[in-house]
Amino acid sequence: MTQDAGMIGQAGLQFFGKMCASVSHDIKNVLAVINENAGLLEDFCLMAEKGRPIDPARLKRLAGDIQEQIRRGDRIVTGMNRFAHSADAPSMDVDLSELTDLLAALALRFAAARGVQVHVKRPRGAVRITTAPFVLLNLMWLCLDEAMAFAGPERIVELAAEDSADGACLRFCRIQRLKDTPDGSLPTVLSSVLCSFLRAQVSFDPDANQMTLLLPKNGG
Amino acid sequence: MKILLVDDEEELAGTLAERLRIRGIDAHWAISAEKAMQLLETETFDLAVLDVKMPKVDGLKLKQQIQSKNPAMRFIFITGHGSSRDFETGASEVGAEYYLVKPLNIDELIAKMKEALKP
Repeated sequence: MTQDAGMIGQAGLQFFGKMCASVSHDIKNVLAVINENAGLLEDFCLMAEKGRPIDPARLKRLAGDIQEQIRRGDRIVTGMNRFAHSADAPSMDVDLSELTDLLAALALRFAAARGVQVHVKRPRGAVRITTAPFVLLNLMWLCLDEAMAFAGPERIVELAAEDSADGACLRFCRIQRLKDTPDGSLPTVLSSVLCSFLRAQVSFDPDANQMTLLLPKNGG
Repeated sequence: MKILLVDDEEELAGTLAERLRIRGIDAHWAISAEKAMQLLETETFDLAVLDVKMPKVDGLKLKQQIQSKNPAMRFIFITGHGSSRDFETGASEVGAEYYLVKPLNIDELIAKMKEALKP
């Protein structure tokens, strides 16, 4: 158990670092775009000082582009903030669909690097469970990483959080190349330890191109 | 000086190219390695400014693809990764002599371009 706790802690730190690095890269890009837009505004001002008229429509477009980048930056930082707070308490009442949205946002850059789109199918209402949200996010990430590795020609992985008889489940759908692995391939030592800690189960249905993460109502 | 900018951040590539054109540099841009290679079918460039992290084919691999067609072209890499050890290791493996960290300083970029194009 102590060994498992150590592994969960170590893996959690690596997971947190991986996500922070990705988010910082995204923020750098937002700043870089704002920097170029502001630089272009300055260029236009310098040109105007030399007698070349400024097109107001072009200025308006530039201001709009800067505002859009600020909204993008805000979305990124808000997601990072929610991710950081997922480690606040060892067990919390959470909405699995909200965690799924957060995972999809965090995975955006990794998915793009693989040429995969992550779609989230939203349930009608909240899917509430009591769990260790940070550890669960780590397990959800391992599942998504696996799903993306086996994405087929359409390059889409769809996530759907749902209530189930004993708790909740998160379906990873449209994994077209899941058939290529006889029994699915997730159960690594880490995923097994995380599943055991959260009292979760992962099941594979290659015929339905689907992997399912089953979660108890009260786990973690 | 005719240059090719490749960055998957479309707005960054487009705006930076516009700012370079204002400064008299013939700057063209593409948002992926694939689009860059298409441009290279019809155009020749003195230098390419490549983003390191791009989907599918990253900047370091793109450099190798371009060099196989045009060995004389020079390269500058731009990165959002600061002084990441991974990047430095990868960059040295493909001989990336010049690189800058985002957000860019345009005067610094132009100075690097001139330096890279020195015979």
